[in-house]
Amino acid sequence: MSHAIDIDLHREGPGGLETEEMTLNMGPQHPSTHGVLRFVVKADGEVMRRAIPDIGYLHRSIEKIAEKVGYHGFMPYTDRVDYVSAMQCNQGWAMACEKLAGIEVPRRGEYCRVIASEFGRIASHLISVGATGMDMGAITPFTHAIREREYINDILEELCGARLTFNYMRIGGCAWDLPPGFAKRAIAYLDRFEPLIDEYDELISFNKIYVERLANVAPITPERAISWNLVGPNLRGSGVRYDVRRDVPYSAYPEFEFDVPVGTGERGTLGDCYDRYMVRMREIRQSCRILRQALEGIPAGPVVAKVPRTFKPAPGAVHVRVEASRGDMGWFAVSDGTAFPVRVHIRTGSYAAMAAIEELSKGLMIADLVAVIASLDIVAPEVDR
Amino acid sequence: MDADGIHRALREKFAGAVDPDWVAGEWPIVTVGSASVAEVCRLLRDEPALGFDCLSNLSGVDRKDDDRIEVWYHLLSYRHRHQVALRTTTPRLDPVLPTVSHLWPIANWLERECWDLLGVRFVDHPDLRRLLMPEDWVGHPLRKDFVEPDEYHGISTRRESLLKL
Repeated sequence: MSHAIDIDLHREGPGGLETEEMTLNMGPQHPSTHGVLRFVVKADGEVMRRAIPDIGYLHRSIEKIAEKVGYHGFMPYTDRVDYVSAMQCNQGWAMACEKLAGIEVPRRGEYCRVIASEFGRIASHLISVGATGMDMGAITPFTHAIREREYINDILEELCGARLTFNYMRIGGCAWDLPPGFAKRAIAYLDRFEPLIDEYDELISFNKIYVERLANVAPITPERAISWNLVGPNLRGSGVRYDVRRDVPYSAYPEFEFDVPVGTGERGTLGDCYDRYMVRMREIRQSCRILRQALEGIPAGPVVAKVPRTFKPAPGAVHVRVEASRGDMGWFAVSDGTAFPVRVHIRTGSYAAMAAIEELSKGLMIADLVAVIASLDIVAPEVDR
Repeated sequence: MDADGIHRALREKFAGAVDPDWVAGEWPIVTVGSASVAEVCRLLRDEPALGFDCLSNLSGVDRKDDDRIEVWYHLLSYRHRHQVALRTTTPRLDPVLPTVSHLWPIANWLERECWDLLGVRFVDHPDLRRLLMPEDWVGHPLRKDFVEPDEYHGISTRRESLLKL
């Protein structure tokens, strides 16, 4: 967090008129900032010269907590890293521990993880696309999206008893097996949900006003996206076909068929806000596809491996990556052979997206900043940890 | 390029700075002298056969017992689909490293975070301010010997136990 800002006032404008650079403060509490974060906007009339992100308002020192609570004890805290999509955070931490200690997860456990993660991804993308609509002034689509997300929360609640901070996974597998009849109910829900994606598309994705609001706004070239370390849907929106689930396969993902949708600049420029939005819409369909395969093909067996209660992995350092809803989430964990990790570092998708905004905002209209934040799907707790 | 090739390419150019041993794994670990990190990174990024176009992560680790701070650079190449982890160390008393923020823009924030939480000074960084902690915070919280202050601007950080055991 910082408040030091250089201000250059009075300068010559066109026609010899003196103009003044305007400094606007957006946040920390603002309905479209998706959490508590702040932008210092330097504007010349309606055009931004720079929007400087100021983060840290939601810093809960989760990485420091990890050093104090030990490996098993850290699992509930990982939910809070990204509480919009907590399942993948669970999975990232579990995978880091498993890699440190060389634990193999039973196949049914991996399937349960995939099912939980993909439901989490759909719920998170629904929030993202719904909030994008709302930030652009379309309130109704958000209610549609949030309604479906509530049903998915019900499904996840059935799985683990919680609706947001799941604490579902364990080192070596999952805490609970699927409840009786879960697969049948989940598939019945998908049968109902999938036609609603089309409905949602008709409602907003191809709406002329909405398309023109997002298309050609803040395009990111593939090269810039990579050098900024943008990941997940933000990277794929720029046309880079890279998905950790497919390119660095983990868990049970190699057993499923799914496509990796990328942006093509279909309504404007490659990598614009509309491309990023559309990638999320298409990923929802792919998640449904993975879910159907996983729910139908789930093998029998235990869901969790035998892991000692005093978990002391051998000294070493690992860096694992999972495809979270906001993209490649890196979990760096260092062990010294004791029951407490020496260091845990979480590199999240929103962090890079947030860092990119300062460059990306140059020359944009002030009103488009909201579109940029929404299309990059920034979730503030994930930035600050 | 495989890990052995990456290591050999680095050894050819920086025989003095790159450790002859490397550790195999998903992220092959190459140990680099702290003064040469920026040049090694530049070669990794600009040499077409290496082509590391993305800095995936930069993490500092406080190794208090060895009196040093370890910094890890996890590099990715989307072009060639290979990856490598660079490991370097710097003395704990005055940790200094050259910046790589001119090579990958994301390093700007990652280095600011490392400065904020671990106190590693990145030379020639354009804007080395705290990132997550308040700017008037004293100390670097991820240091192993960091002591939490009793209060911050009159707000106590101590709480009475509700259980009264």
